[in-house]
Amino acid sequence: MKILYFAWLRERTGCAEEELPLPEGVKTVGQLVDWQIGRGGGFAQAFADRATIRVAVNMDYADADTPLADGDEVAFFPPVTGG
Amino acid sequence: MIRVQAEDFDPGREQAALVAGKTGIGGVVSFVGMVRDFLSREDEAVVEAMTLEHYPGMTERQLQEIEAEARRRWPLDEVLIIHRYGRLEPGDNIVLVICASAHRDAAFDACRFLIDWLKTRAPFWKCEETGQGRRWVEARDEDEKAADRWR
Repeated sequence: MKILYFAWLRERTGCAEEELPLPEGVKTVGQLVDWQIGRGGGFAQAFADRATIRVAVNMDYADADTPLADGDEVAFFPPVTGG
Repeated sequence: MIRVQAEDFDPGREQAALVAGKTGIGGVVSFVGMVRDFLSREDEAVVEAMTLEHYPGMTERQLQEIEAEARRRWPLDEVLIIHRYGRLEPGDNIVLVICASAHRDAAFDACRFLIDWLKTRAPFWKCEETGQGRRWVEARDEDEKAADRWR
């Protein structure tokens, strides 16, 4: 799967984009967030406050219950501030 | 029609091109969002510049969906949304929304709807630079409330 990070999530994780296999046991967005926290370091810090994080799966807004499959493009970002 | 670009735009020229030759149009409403030089009335920091980051691909997809929703709700002859990204300075244009319809009500309402929805759905993030450093702009509750009016 492909994971993208934007704005302060990119800065705190130190990662803009990465390709990796769907982690073992991860079936939903919520479980992927748990897994991110388990990575520790900048990832644990970036994902600490779940309420401030928005998620898109394959470019559509998603929530914690959204199922994931290998090959999905998942993006994590703060609430949007355009316009 | 939607466009996501780093370059500036000329609202007058965009509007003229959008309505040229379409004589069934009776009203055009446009909104231009610009970079202002302060954060809020309570904050004295002067904004020197702002960098807009976005999610290429999802931005276009969301803007197209927002335009389609406006067209489902109102009888619109033309819709144009242009949103810029990259580093901008106070006074620079950020976003343009133009709606054209046979009658003014649809054009006014759709224009307001589009900017309100875009602000809470299009994946853009503003990072402001002030004398005190740079910081990511936080989403405002007022923007959520403005969008909620259209649910």
